[in-house]
Amino acid sequence: MTLGFVLLVHTAFDRAEQVARYFALNDCPVVIHVDGKVRQRTFRDFRARFKDEPKIRFCRRSRVEWGKWSLVRATQVASERLLSLFPDVRHVFLASGSCLPLRPVAELRDYLSTHSETDFIESVTTDQVTWTVDGLEAERFTLRFPFSWRKNRRLFDFYVRFQRRIGLTRRIPEGVSPHLGSQWWCLTRRTLESILQAPDRVQIDAYFSRVWIPDESYFQSLARRFSTTIESRSLTLSKFDIQGKPHIFYDDHQPLLERSDCFVARKIWPRADRLYQTFLDDTRPQARRSEPNPGKIDRVFSKANERRGQGRRGLYSQARFPAPGLENGLTCARYNVFSGLEDLFEDFQPWLARRLGGRVHGHLYHPDRAQFAGGETVMNGCISDSASLRDYRPEQFLTNLMWSTRGERQSFFFGPNDRPEIGPFMARDPNATLVIVTGAWAVPLHTSNAEFEEVKAEAARLQRAELAFLRELRLPGTAARLHLWNLADFIAQPVEKIQNFMQEITGPSPQRLTELPPMRDLSGFPAFLQKLRNAGMKPQVMGDFDGR
Amino acid sequence: MGLISSYRMRLRRRYWRVRAFRRRRQLSVVRDRTRDIRPGAILSFSTMRNERTRLPYFLDYYRKMGVEQFLIVDNGSDDGTRDYLADQPDVSVWTTNGSYAKSAFGVDWLNWLMRQHAHRHWCLTVDVDEFLVYPFCDTRPLRALTDWLDASQIRSFGSMLLDMYPKGPLGAQPYHEGQNPFDIAAWFDSANYMFQLNPTYGNLWIQGGVRARAFFGDTPKKAPALNKVPLVKWRKEFVYVSSTHALLPRGLNLTYDAEGGEKTTGVLLHAKFLSLFVDRAAEEATRSEHYRDGDEYRTYAGGIDVNADLWCKWSERYINWRQLEILGLISKGNWA
Repeated sequence: MTLGFVLLVHTAFDRAEQVARYFALNDCPVVIHVDGKVRQRTFRDFRARFKDEPKIRFCRRSRVEWGKWSLVRATQVASERLLSLFPDVRHVFLASGSCLPLRPVAELRDYLSTHSETDFIESVTTDQVTWTVDGLEAERFTLRFPFSWRKNRRLFDFYVRFQRRIGLTRRIPEGVSPHLGSQWWCLTRRTLESILQAPDRVQIDAYFSRVWIPDESYFQSLARRFSTTIESRSLTLSKFDIQGKPHIFYDDHQPLLERSDCFVARKIWPRADRLYQTFLDDTRPQARRSEPNPGKIDRVFSKANERRGQGRRGLYSQARFPAPGLENGLTCARYNVFSGLEDLFEDFQPWLARRLGGRVHGHLYHPDRAQFAGGETVMNGCISDSASLRDYRPEQFLTNLMWSTRGERQSFFFGPNDRPEIGPFMARDPNATLVIVTGAWAVPLHTSNAEFEEVKAEAARLQRAELAFLRELRLPGTAARLHLWNLADFIAQPVEKIQNFMQEITGPSPQRLTELPPMRDLSGFPAFLQKLRNAGMKPQVMGDFDGR
Repeated sequence: MGLISSYRMRLRRRYWRVRAFRRRRQLSVVRDRTRDIRPGAILSFSTMRNERTRLPYFLDYYRKMGVEQFLIVDNGSDDGTRDYLADQPDVSVWTTNGSYAKSAFGVDWLNWLMRQHAHRHWCLTVDVDEFLVYPFCDTRPLRALTDWLDASQIRSFGSMLLDMYPKGPLGAQPYHEGQNPFDIAAWFDSANYMFQLNPTYGNLWIQGGVRARAFFGDTPKKAPALNKVPLVKWRKEFVYVSSTHALLPRGLNLTYDAEGGEKTTGVLLHAKFLSLFVDRAAEEATRSEHYRDGDEYRTYAGGIDVNADLWCKWSERYINWRQLEILGLISKGNWA
């Protein structure tokens, strides 16, 4: 029982030679198809290298274009030649010049002899999968594709839409059930001969020559017609990225490839010397062997595709700068913003730090400087407390801080005295938890010793700022979790309210809140409000203190 | 990007080409080895002045990475830079005494040389204190990256400047020839970078890092730009427009993803803050041959002395590209 290889080569001839010789040396005949685009001289030189090797033969060349019928045609010609030249071949393995066997061919042969009637070809019906980049599955078989997808993308798309609208379709020939799958297969002589010698092959070929990317459907569909046993998987490990081109393996993939236990992998970088050295050396120590398991490699590559497609949430960098609306999450983690409570309670910040854990900053957007926790002048990531640096890009100040403190809960204070530019950003951010007691900024004012006129002006300024912030919070698109009370409502039942938002932040805990930091004295507060009113200002955000 | 704006960009590109053409006579050849350039070779382009001490490590670093030929403009060195370069087997040298500022900080000279020699080559345009780090650079040569970029039909590779600095006074650890500068300047700022879209050229304008933190805390708008596109599959119609921060045509500047994903990017480790820098800053401030009349250097000359320490307790010590990847400074994209 012999295994034969069909090798499609268009570049990296040295590597192709290396692999072909390795197969021949292990008693596997090889038929090489060299792309017709390769210069005649290069081809002749390449062919001449194998003069001494009767097991390596060449077939007629044809120009091969990606995704075109010519690729299937080349495969057919090479397979026919292999089957006729080497009558003892029982399995035919389709490979390319950038394939590399990961396990000794002898093992592959043994494996195939225990599965002597099995065709290894990935073959899935178009009804059940969505796996292609372009979104064309069943339509590959029913539409026409006269325009090149690579060179004439617009015309291609237009013509596809046109056919959909008009309802143009092609008839699928009798006996063909549309299946798709990896281009790289290993078929038995019986199945392959049935496909190549089918009485209606002329009609079938004529039909498939107009199917979109026939190399992923021709053998995959026809194997279903003739095969007795199909293992619907490829023996060739080949992964595709989001552009639809194969991932490339380098020297540093060696351990990963070894552990995959797959028989053949593509695509190998032609200069990956160590991979070729290692895997073409059959004397290397053999590890335990099991069924091919490409799962580990799958994970690496699907992670890479995810990185390219979605990126890391909340990261703004030279690689990822999403346009507004495409951020997929404005920040990378949840954070809490408190407004007013620090004015109402004495020493609220240390109390909060004890209760919440993580980092509890002061007013990060204070006009003088960013008040980092612990009075630091520089924070994680070397973020400076300079107000002008922060105000230059206020949103990125926050996203940078969140990014560089990943894994640690961040909380800070934000009040009407702070730089307001960050307000709309926090309102739109679902990661923000805003706890706001409006009007609480007036509490320290009412015990202030400053001139009343000054106090009044300050109160008017702060109220304007707070009202602007509240307007932003009412805009459509606000996604922050909001806990909003006015001062009068809040002090009616402060413990319950604090308990409420603390539970939301830290998660449910059986502990009841027992101690609160002391609240500032509010006995003179209603009188203070009345005094403001009498002086011509209208306190709007504190709530109703009249009944007290 | 309407027709009018496209046409304006075309004019602007022509403007830069004319500039380069007019300044071509300022360059006189010292050693021309461009005949040795093989098709497909990776080339490196630089302008430098009095960098004799830094050169051996620089050339060595990029040779090991896979750069095959260096094309260098020497701007009036008097410390032996020129002779040293002329003796190297893989370096072509031109010299000029023309003004660095008037040639748009070397851009005109390099645009001219690249137009002559770089067509269809991958080109790395770096200063002598910039060291490229890209994903997998410890296991894969630069050729692996450029082959992958070719296969992905990507023409340019973005790499921001990452300013490196030593711990302790700048003058405390003198740099000597051939030494890895990052044995001394091993530290960097990891997450204080600021990004802004530049609508003119479509590139990202990046500022921040240690220079913004230490020198431009009050005037952040003046902080130097850190965005760079140093690696380009060059065609003769391309031009650099301001240092290597931006190119024309604009498509080459889109080295970031605007839809939430991440593109493959690297960094240029910037070995500026060595002991050599202290004397240099004073000199450059008076020469006024740098950007904004050497404003940046004047800021340093005011704020920096041998005892200046740029290090802070949140500085990161450089380990490898994987660390930069985790920190989010570079990205593997879909190269795995």
